[in-house]
Amino acid sequence: MGGGGAAIELHDVSRHYGERVALEGLSLRVERGQTLVVFGPNGAGKSTLLRILATLLRPHEGTVLVLGRELPKDGWAVRGDVGFLGHEPLLYRELTGRENLRFHARLHDVGEERIDELLAATGLERRADEPVHGLSRGLVQRLAVCRAVLHDPALLLLDEPRANLDPGSIELVEPLIGRASGRTRVVTSHDPRGGLAEADVVLGLRAGRAEILGDAVGVEEIGALYR
Amino acid sequence: MRRTVAALLRKDLTAERRTLESIPAMTLFTVTTFVLFHFGLDRDTLEGDLASGVLWVTLLFAAVLGQNRLFVAEHEQGGFDGFLLAPVDRTALFVAKALALFAFLCVVEVVALPAFAILLLGPGLLDPLPGLILTLLLANAGIATVGTLVAGIAIRTRARDLIGPLLTLPLLVPVILAASEATAPLLAEGGAGGPPARWLAILAIYDLTIGLVAYGVFDFLLED
Repeated sequence: MGGGGAAIELHDVSRHYGERVALEGLSLRVERGQTLVVFGPNGAGKSTLLRILATLLRPHEGTVLVLGRELPKDGWAVRGDVGFLGHEPLLYRELTGRENLRFHARLHDVGEERIDELLAATGLERRADEPVHGLSRGLVQRLAVCRAVLHDPALLLLDEPRANLDPGSIELVEPLIGRASGRTRVVTSHDPRGGLAEADVVLGLRAGRAEILGDAVGVEEIGALYR
Repeated sequence: MRRTVAALLRKDLTAERRTLESIPAMTLFTVTTFVLFHFGLDRDTLEGDLASGVLWVTLLFAAVLGQNRLFVAEHEQGGFDGFLLAPVDRTALFVAKALALFAFLCVVEVVALPAFAILLLGPGLLDPLPGLILTLLLANAGIATVGTLVAGIAIRTRARDLIGPLLTLPLLVPVILAASEATAPLLAEGGAGGPPARWLAILAIYDLTIGLVAYGVFDFLLED
């Protein structure tokens, strides 16, 4: 997981959907082991940034380096080192939790014991053999956390990861996706206090542009992004 | 690649076993269409060219039903993203989906052929069965390949239920032509022993060609 140098480097990255600009001229650097927290109102470009870093979207302009590899050219090599937890859990509703994890484990060449370990860590052993469509949103989110960290990724991309989770569930998943996991993380958040508490670098986006970027940012500045 | 295809195929077959979304609908459609032909043509029995045409057109439309469901879970439940996040050969998704559609067609035909024999076919089915199975397998391969490729294109469009059949049907004209020509003598009264080799060869060449094209371009369909 380690190694020196930047985990993420962006230089003048832009992305648009037709006429609409999703990201424009974004440049930043995140060192290995650091946490970048991204704030911004809905439609500011947070999810687009995460999807570019996850190799799910191509930037239209600029350079993206993830774990020392250039995207999208070396996307194939990056995928095994990135864990992505978006708004959708990326789980098949008709399959059980264990079947879903087994499916992703095969894609990532991960053994069965890792599945058991994660189910135990997230308190899902008893519900693991139920179809996902019968689980509550909180349990599905815990399962999605298991999917995201199944292959022990060096970089975690987390889009509001604590949504749908009660305090007990948050405590369960923290060792896997929180600062204590030791991974480089990019986390989107709408909670200024909680987000700033875990941030090494803060990015504030509005309409695709970086309005805030740095390591010493106050709650008031974040609040201003949403006004 | 083989491991990825196996994982995808197992997932699809498990989901189909639980939901029964594709195979029962395809089978019911096929049997219902035979019943409609039975009454619509006002004939108790068919043979030769007509029997062959009715069989293949019915199977083709049943395949389109299955094709329309092929990528729905990937599209609606984030399966595309889940797959694209893994460091695997993306063409494995095409291979697995084509194999799933091929398997669905084979299962449907296990019910469809006896139903066809009971409801419409004049000559017996047992004698021409080996030749018929060979033709079915070759045609299924072509239908599954084209169906998967088109489904992969259509699923990302808003009018996917319309675009799927509109692209699939013209592309499968050679398959229907060759399969009908290969099957017609088998379904004729006092029919010949085997299907004409020329039409089987055309089916095989079509399968190979469209398979290579689909294999080459499918990766690009998954790009954003």
